[in-house]
Amino acid sequence: MSTDQSAAGRDEKAARIRRLLETSGSTVGETVRPFNEGRYRRYEEMEETEAYREAAREIKADAIERLPDLLEQVEDVVTENGGTVYVADDAADARRYVREVVEAADAESVVKGKSMTTEEIDLNDDLETAGIDVWETDLAEFVLQIADDEPSHIASPAVHKSREEIAALFNEHFDLEEPLTTAEELTAFAREQLTDHVLEADVGITGANFVTADTGTLALVTNEGNARKSLTVPDTHVAVAGVEKIVPSIADLSPFFSLIGPAGAGQDITAYLSLLTPPLDEPVVRFDEPDDEAFDDSSDDRSFHLVLVDNGRFAMRDDDELRETLYCIRCGACANSCANFQQVGGHAFGGETYSGGIATGWEAGVHGADSVAEFNDLCTGCSRCVEACPVNIDIPWINTVVRDRLNQGADPDAFDHLVSGLTPDDEPTGLDRGKRLFGNFETLATFGSLTAPVSNHVANFGPARAALERVAGVDRRRELPRFRRETLVDWFQSREPTRIDEPVREAVLYPDVYTNHVQVERGKAAVRALEALGVRVRVPDVSSSGRAPLSQGMIDTATAHASAVSADLEGHLEQGRDVVVIEPSDLAMFRGEYERFLDADAYERIAEHSYELFEYVFGLLEGDGPGIEALAGPSEACAIGAPASPDLAYHSHCQQRTLGLEAYTTAVLERLGYDVVTSDVECCGMAGSFGYKSEYYELSMAVGETLKDQFTADETATRTVVASGTSCLEQLDSLLERSSVHPIQVIDPGLRSELD
Amino acid sequence: MTSAAVETFERSLENLPVTFERVDSGEFRSAVESRIDPPAVGVSLPFDGVSLEDTSVNLNPTSEDVLEARTGVTPGGPSIAEFGTVVVASAFDGASYASLFPETHVVVVAASEIVETIDDALETLAGEIDGGLTSAILTTGPSATADMGAPVYGAHGPESLHVIILGDR
Repeated sequence: MSTDQSAAGRDEKAARIRRLLETSGSTVGETVRPFNEGRYRRYEEMEETEAYREAAREIKADAIERLPDLLEQVEDVVTENGGTVYVADDAADARRYVREVVEAADAESVVKGKSMTTEEIDLNDDLETAGIDVWETDLAEFVLQIADDEPSHIASPAVHKSREEIAALFNEHFDLEEPLTTAEELTAFAREQLTDHVLEADVGITGANFVTADTGTLALVTNEGNARKSLTVPDTHVAVAGVEKIVPSIADLSPFFSLIGPAGAGQDITAYLSLLTPPLDEPVVRFDEPDDEAFDDSSDDRSFHLVLVDNGRFAMRDDDELRETLYCIRCGACANSCANFQQVGGHAFGGETYSGGIATGWEAGVHGADSVAEFNDLCTGCSRCVEACPVNIDIPWINTVVRDRLNQGADPDAFDHLVSGLTPDDEPTGLDRGKRLFGNFETLATFGSLTAPVSNHVANFGPARAALERVAGVDRRRELPRFRRETLVDWFQSREPTRIDEPVREAVLYPDVYTNHVQVERGKAAVRALEALGVRVRVPDVSSSGRAPLSQGMIDTATAHASAVSADLEGHLEQGRDVVVIEPSDLAMFRGEYERFLDADAYERIAEHSYELFEYVFGLLEGDGPGIEALAGPSEACAIGAPASPDLAYHSHCQQRTLGLEAYTTAVLERLGYDVVTSDVECCGMAGSFGYKSEYYELSMAVGETLKDQFTADETATRTVVASGTSCLEQLDSLLERSSVHPIQVIDPGLRSELD
Repeated sequence: MTSAAVETFERSLENLPVTFERVDSGEFRSAVESRIDPPAVGVSLPFDGVSLEDTSVNLNPTSEDVLEARTGVTPGGPSIAEFGTVVVASAFDGASYASLFPETHVVVVAASEIVETIDDALETLAGEIDGGLTSAILTTGPSATADMGAPVYGAHGPESLHVIILGDR
């Protein structure tokens, strides 16, 4: 399967995204942003957040490791309790079993608690085809059922529906004379409707958030109480859950119970955490007989069926790259923290069932390539979800791996040749032209510098832009990077070496591809600032990090880059030199993905001795070398050619924040006397090549709008804008009237040293 | 239980959309009666010195009574101090219904059964589940939803929760 996108295909995708941006997008954002903010707040408030996350991850990793044994244990204990366990191989098998149970109960109607797994196996349609009435009792799912719509979020399925839309839907569907308007009215109305369905139902179907192998207990995490009603009133209960929901014991639930409310929506704890060990010994109340003694001592027989669904999960377990997906507890934090998701929701950023960052793993595992290909590119690898995930899943990596497999034309659910990891070979010939262009940016930049300024004129020439858009999907509304003829490496080699008699440190300034070819001034400023602080700096020619190919899913190429970087830096590292990195997305690779690409020694060498530029400056200021006076403050001439304004508006970089490095920049700036206001958006929207792609240009700009609002508000409108990432600088330039620079450029006493 | 746990529990309850009071056995009956929005159904309490027998709570309701009840009274335990959580258990026939169908749920907990953390509660419950307890609902505040475009208390379960803590002040 080739992933090459035709211009028509890109236009169609752009149109679909535009429709969502114009319709439900704002509702999605208004709904999930408070969830996201709430998670930050609760993660911050809870003393044990990191301990819980580590424990949760460990429990899941262990449970998936021991899954076959735990599955057997569950079968034994549930059977012993008086229930029945069925392990369904696939969706059809699960559907068939549930339908047979429902039919054997002579059921005319079924009520359901919210269950994404039953969505995954398309259970409702199957039951309805068999003539059975199915009612979703979760209020959001009920809304979708009435609207004949699909979930747009794994934890809150109707985040794309506003109160007004729901009111209009109910008023029309139920032909109400007294129209409903408030959330209270809508809730009360839905509850009345659903209570009737619950009382009439013969079977209750729920999911399960966890299943404990020691006692056969289902843990359900809910707020509404509908699942409790659905499984208590009817005397037959069917629970449908993926096999990955099993944990060894009740005690293991503790970190999850502490995390899931905070992670999902910033709740301290959900209203109900139900521990159910069916069949229940609660009396079955005969609501159809008004005089039935409700609470008589129960000898009522309840029947219980636990359907554990494989549907590709065991194959995911055998796949080194997808296995972590099974640790997911379906809280939705990755979706809530995702700038792109906040704009369009799960109808664009999602497959057949699952949505948000982790959906790529789930869809690849349970539905296969076609379901993933449509939305996988919406993950830009910004990594904001990594901190959000309560089980620390490396969600961007899963997205990258699946993208690579799509590039290879391999069906991601064809696991047989993938068990030992990735099939190494050159990037496939069918690779999308746009991906090839962006993935090989280093080649492009080298050529661009060699032929600048002609290359810039040609690239920005109307017909050339039209061709670039048609062939490679580079949106013509974006300004292209302007390559500089003199690269940073050229400049450094040709300049008069600075004499530093007793250097406090020896460092290599890593000439990332953007600093080297485009943003050369920030590189020069970095050299001067470091030298002013007593560092002997070198700027050797070093391979680009592999970030560009990695973002296109070209893992082999990225791995080759990692080896080249490692080889280029090896001698310097052996000499005890530090590596100072300006571009946060490159540092994120050195400290992150390189662990996968290099042998352990090479990885540790680079990861341990690489520093983000301001992290390094901060460290130098803490040391014995020249102090803060060596740098330019708000009243001094600096690299931007004038004293910088004392008031700055600073936008960090998504990966820099994930690495926990934002604070160094603000600390250094404030120490120099700058007044810094920081943005608090998850991502600027540009995300490397993402914002250049014609199908995503409008989404990218919509994401950027939030940042624009923050930097054009009364408090910030006149502040000088500084940003750490290349992409962010490009995006800010297209969002704001005023230009922005890297923060190193306002602290570099450039003019001062030029005069010395 | 420590008096610190009771205080933490009460502080947590203060931060929830619930009402609560601490009473001794002598004050219990009037406390319950004053909280009841009739008709009320309930299940027997396992605590020494207090009972619902001589109150207006119907302990032998018909199915129609359950649907018409405006208040449900059940015992709860163990309670979790750090969150203000009460545990409604199925060891008391009908507790699931009484805590779920009426608009108001009055839950009676013993101060002596308040534990500090979820961990502690799970430890207690694991033993009881092992011993045959089939349903334990960790309940924090009234039932809630935000699915209709704004937060609403009283989704499918009660819209108000009142906690009566049995124990000397």
